[in-house]
Amino acid sequence: MATGTEMHVVMEAKGKAKGRTPKGLGDDDLKALFRAMLFTRLFDQRGMNLQRQGRIGFFVPSMGQEASQIGTGYAMGNKDVLYPSYRTHSLALLKGVPLKVLYDQLWGNATDLVKGRQMPNHFAIPSINWVSISSPIGTQISQAAGAARAAQIRGDKDVAVWAWFGDGGTSSNDFHAGLNFAGVWKAPCIFMCENNHWAISVPEEMQTASVSFADKAVAYGMRGVRVDGNDVLAVYEAAREARDRAIKGEGPTLIETVTFRMGPHSSSDDPKRYQPPELFEAWQKRDPIDRYREWLEAKDLWSKDEEEALAAELQKEIATAVEAAESTPAPDVETVFDDVYAELPKMLIEQREALRAQIKASGAIEDGGGAFPL
Amino acid sequence: MPQMTMLQAINDAMHVAMERDPDVVMLGEDIGKKGGVFGATDGLYDKFGALRVMDTPLSECGIIGTAVGMALYGLKPVPEIQFLDFIYPAFDQIVSEMAKMRYRSGGQFTCPMVVRSPSGGGIRGGHYHSQSSEAYFAHTPGLRVVMPSTPADAKGMLLASIFNEDPVIFLEPKALYRHGKQEVQEGWYTTSLDEARRVREGDDVTVVTWGAMVPIVEDAAGTAAENGVACDVIDLRSILPWDYDTVLDSVRKTGRLVVVQEAPRTCGFASEVAATVAEKAIDSLEAPIARVTGFDTPFPYALEHVYKPDKKRVLGAIEFTARWA
Repeated sequence: MATGTEMHVVMEAKGKAKGRTPKGLGDDDLKALFRAMLFTRLFDQRGMNLQRQGRIGFFVPSMGQEASQIGTGYAMGNKDVLYPSYRTHSLALLKGVPLKVLYDQLWGNATDLVKGRQMPNHFAIPSINWVSISSPIGTQISQAAGAARAAQIRGDKDVAVWAWFGDGGTSSNDFHAGLNFAGVWKAPCIFMCENNHWAISVPEEMQTASVSFADKAVAYGMRGVRVDGNDVLAVYEAAREARDRAIKGEGPTLIETVTFRMGPHSSSDDPKRYQPPELFEAWQKRDPIDRYREWLEAKDLWSKDEEEALAAELQKEIATAVEAAESTPAPDVETVFDDVYAELPKMLIEQREALRAQIKASGAIEDGGGAFPL
Repeated sequence: MPQMTMLQAINDAMHVAMERDPDVVMLGEDIGKKGGVFGATDGLYDKFGALRVMDTPLSECGIIGTAVGMALYGLKPVPEIQFLDFIYPAFDQIVSEMAKMRYRSGGQFTCPMVVRSPSGGGIRGGHYHSQSSEAYFAHTPGLRVVMPSTPADAKGMLLASIFNEDPVIFLEPKALYRHGKQEVQEGWYTTSLDEARRVREGDDVTVVTWGAMVPIVEDAAGTAAENGVACDVIDLRSILPWDYDTVLDSVRKTGRLVVVQEAPRTCGFASEVAATVAEKAIDSLEAPIARVTGFDTPFPYALEHVYKPDKKRVLGAIEFTARWA
């Protein structure tokens, strides 16, 4: 495995069937990887459209990072714990979370698992050990280190904890704290740094003077691996190996997947203001989905017909879930007071009574709307 | 019943908690072999081992961030921040993560954990070992903020905090760590996190306070009584959520209120007490509400005794309020 500044690659950059099939992956696995990548792309396209149509308030796309995410997700164990970022919904799609769950969250409706409490993309999905997402960058990194330490304390042998963040996240306090603690504890934790080259508008070279992000692992006494993040098979191999090492008690790994954010930071961002167009075009030619499709086709594992059928099936699923989520009403007004504490304290009971009285006296509170402006 | 200082009572509570539940773990700086800079975790490392009593790298952000992860995994972590003045690197983890986890996840994830920290002055520690920062945390929905003032309350409230479903900021008035001994029940018991404690009964002036100001107020109230002013002294104990009913009932009886806090005045919790009484019991008030507080300055080193409200300042406010007509 390439460490530090070298790059681990399995597939050739363009279309050839060269490169071995990673150990442990059968034909069905190889197809499942593609399915999840395509699903993610379609989900992203639809998410951006829904936002542009004014049907949801905000969206964070992951276009270009499908290989970097799905390759990792496929290496996870069933009991593994996920501390994701707001750009990793691909992992939920890969793990079979019902689409309605995701769209409910994008709408923040009455059946949303997080009860409309957070902006779109801030999922919390306990059924797949997906911990609640936060907007401040990096906070999940030290938490993941703590969860991995907890697995050690409990003696849970087959649990690895995965933290997701971007190149910008490596500058956060919690990156340093989390990697340092995990290194000292030799905790079963995998730190997934998706180097998509941009922290909103700030480019990689303004984020760090390190020769690579993987290189930062050295200072924490852990293994740092640098992977071609648009090569789903290389990412899978690196993630698999990191997990095996974590479970065997060989300590945490920092994986840098070198990829590219092929869209805006969020629905509120326009990369044309800061990104050279030729850079985008260059990375577009390395689109991880195109690259993997060519690899599969060269191995006779995939065809245009199969893809058309799959895309049609997925679009249908998406349309059904969108319709269901959009037609679900907003959360009940009084739920605004729930879940602050385990039990409602007196001050909140009184505030709820006051709100109730106000609504009774002067009618429902108007939703002034408003779109997230950044 | 054994006699204990507050420090011994806190230590005893942690022994009881760790014996009771293997999910209770401690982490912090110097809490292991050394037993904490004040000795609060003394003996825990030897009894429960390095996996449950963890000396951590020197990072408050890391201590609270990893403790949040442990709580999310199902443990009951009790991180110690060596001095409350050092807690600010962990502010984000406390305010945006620990406090909001239940709400932001729609009740699917919770952070039942207790952040212990010595608070307040009284040890000539200058402004990095003396601050009373309870108001920062009291402004954060989702947190419980408590500050006991007696050994028995410290033990009972710490056990209640550790086995409570909400995240708790547990502030230990370090000036009272070795202030005196009190009979403290052995073994398991809990003390309410929702009720204030009436320290002294009286009909003339209500005095509300908490933490290290409690014995100073008691002393002042004793002298006031000799001068014919009977104080109804209330130790809030819990800052958030707080027991305003007990305070309101008292003010409806006395018609006069003094609030005493060690922290700086502006936006201190005394202001919340005053505002609540003004809102809900203005008809009962017969005198202006008085606040006795630290100054709106950083906590000084050489002039610590000047900064901290003392018996004279408290007594002055009590007498001024009692005389108002």
